[in-house]
Amino acid sequence: MYPKVGIIGVSQTHFEVSKARQTISEMVFEIAQNALEDAGISWKDLDYTITSSVDLWDGSTASNATLTEVVGAVMKPEMRVAGDGLTAAFQGMLTILSGAAEVVLVISYSKESMSSRWGITNWVFDPIYQQTLGLDYLSAAALQTWAYFSRYGVTEEHCARVVIKNLTDAQGNPFAQRREKISIEDVLLSEVWASPIKALDVSPTSDGGSAVILASERVIRERKVEPVWILGAGRCLEGHYLGERDLTEGEALCRAARKAYNLAGIKNPFKEIEVAEISCTFSYQELLWSEILNFYPRGQATQLLEDWEAGLDGNLSINPSGGIMAGNPLIPAGLIRLVEAFLQVKGKAQGHQVQEVKRALAHGTDGPCGQGQCVMVVGS
Amino acid sequence: MARRVAIVGTGQTKHRSQRDDVNMMEIVYEAATAALQDAELSIQDIDAVLLGNMEMFEGRALPEMWCGEGAGGVYKHCLKIATGGTSGTSVAISGFQHAASGLFNIVMAIGFEKQSDGHTAAGMALTDPFWDRHVAAGAIGNFALSISQYVAARGVTREQAAKVAVKARRNACNNPYAHLQLPHITVEEVLSSPIIAYPVHRLDMCPTSDGACAVIYAEETRAKKICSRPAWVRAAVTRHDYSYLGDLKDRLISIRTLRDAARVAYAKVGIHEPLKEFDVAEIYEPVSYAELAWYEALGFCKEGEAGRLIDNGITLMDGELPVNPSGGVLSTNPIGASGTIRVAEAALQIHGKGGKRQVSGVNMALVTGYGVYSWSDVMILSSSPG
Repeated sequence: MYPKVGIIGVSQTHFEVSKARQTISEMVFEIAQNALEDAGISWKDLDYTITSSVDLWDGSTASNATLTEVVGAVMKPEMRVAGDGLTAAFQGMLTILSGAAEVVLVISYSKESMSSRWGITNWVFDPIYQQTLGLDYLSAAALQTWAYFSRYGVTEEHCARVVIKNLTDAQGNPFAQRREKISIEDVLLSEVWASPIKALDVSPTSDGGSAVILASERVIRERKVEPVWILGAGRCLEGHYLGERDLTEGEALCRAARKAYNLAGIKNPFKEIEVAEISCTFSYQELLWSEILNFYPRGQATQLLEDWEAGLDGNLSINPSGGIMAGNPLIPAGLIRLVEAFLQVKGKAQGHQVQEVKRALAHGTDGPCGQGQCVMVVGS
Repeated sequence: MARRVAIVGTGQTKHRSQRDDVNMMEIVYEAATAALQDAELSIQDIDAVLLGNMEMFEGRALPEMWCGEGAGGVYKHCLKIATGGTSGTSVAISGFQHAASGLFNIVMAIGFEKQSDGHTAAGMALTDPFWDRHVAAGAIGNFALSISQYVAARGVTREQAAKVAVKARRNACNNPYAHLQLPHITVEEVLSSPIIAYPVHRLDMCPTSDGACAVIYAEETRAKKICSRPAWVRAAVTRHDYSYLGDLKDRLISIRTLRDAARVAYAKVGIHEPLKEFDVAEIYEPVSYAELAWYEALGFCKEGEAGRLIDNGITLMDGELPVNPSGGVLSTNPIGASGTIRVAEAALQIHGKGGKRQVSGVNMALVTGYGVYSWSDVMILSSSPG
């Protein structure tokens, strides 16, 4: 992709069940300050801020209006993408490519402790046919799970193994919320929330957020910093009505990934990408998304469990941070994936660093059953 | 290098206080279809669909998931922008950036709001729970405070404000899409309408509307093929300000966000005498008094002379610089679309498709967006790519 946009700094909070000691503004200020410090720049260097948040989760109208000072946007431009944080990073990249800015702060956060995940996600569904059925992200995901199970023979036990894999990997991630040691039986015997999805198959609600600083190639050369370059990106939306979608095909993700791979010149992602940080609110999604992202042939993503359990995930590590399963709020989840991809390429991922990462993939999703999808490939 | 971009098509719905004949998805469809017809394009030609909306006003979460389909966003790059009152101009600016980036060639930006589905005043009351919710809830009360301050500083009269309100509703009669069309409205009628928060009369204030508006952007090569007279985007500038009402010094008097955005945009295009060099302006005036304050901030007149501008009819349809031939926000206010309508109406004037509201020979058009307490967007459109 030319001209190039690079990531020059990142930050993320420690993710917790509740950050009652901080207001949203205080939390966001901390994230922004840490990102600036990581990039070695000051507030006055920022040309543009892209925020990502959703009013209903914040319980406030135009909730970005309460953050102007803490995201450095007083007498400067700010734009809010009201959705997935990785999509906000996409908008940030476009802001630079369009010539509107050279240094952009992209910041996303959520305090799920202040809101009701299933209550709000019920309001995502159209109010005429689907909302009234009581659908939310959880019950919709259960339908998608059954569709996936019945077509490809994936089982509840496979999903439980995904949870174990993520929580084990999360032990190396100092920012992770959930790092307890649990067994497959613990997952299988946890409370059924929407069959076949059980409590431990679901990412915990969480408070926190993250930020990245994007810069133009000119600024990067001038400042002589070593960025992580954005090599390709794609975003795509699928139809809304569940009955009109083939829930196992993931057409939106397929198209978003194809765009990102084409821009990055990637033909075989399994061989050409070393780390993939993908957004999986539910355990089955790590398997399903891995297939649609073309890491594994259709129906064969359970191979990733075999590889991981044998310690052979050297080719392509999926969610070495522990991913969303270890606790990331819904809205910033995709941007946190980009932060992790950055850390892996820079070799700064501490306890969960994968060896010799040249290229990493970040994935974000919003809407029910992955209706909205965003993919970004970054590299040295 | 960023590419040159122009608006090649616009479309909007008929705006009403309650559009019971359509739901949110259908109202978006109505605007998107109209824009595609205007540009003589099909949805297959569109690379990206961007939505602007304030979801709290309808009580929906991520409405782009449902309404994206109505906009033709399925299997396309589709996302939603929400920045309060400026949502409509923000999504338009995002659309411009998408097309200028080089990653997308033809982009549709759609602002929409169906206020009758929710309760806007209740939604607006959901400001910061610690400081602002008790004192500054809703749009009218906090405007009234700032207007009193502006009136004291500048000496504009309530008759002058009422003239702005009359101008808007009479202009709206030439616009088949406008919500409030009041051909016989008088200054006396505005002044005898009830005071809703001193000194604001009911007819000084914008209505609440259902509606949607779409604009289609294309990069240079395609723009020239699609449109015989493209409206080139020459500048797009955003300025935001402090979060709390009490921190904003002289909010309407200085409106420093609008002043600075205009300064930067004018410098980029080389505008020195805005009153002379612009042929038309579509500005976001949520209340009559605000339009007078914006005249000063935009450099149409010296400070304190805004009242004279309206007294002398300089901003009327037959004046030196017609402001809001469409009837403006005072006539039509589907919040998430209100800014997009400004952009579309300015482009329409350059396209020469304004019908009864067409100003003759428009080559340079000014657009502003306004939101939250003191956020401003400025765009400049021109018949020349520059």
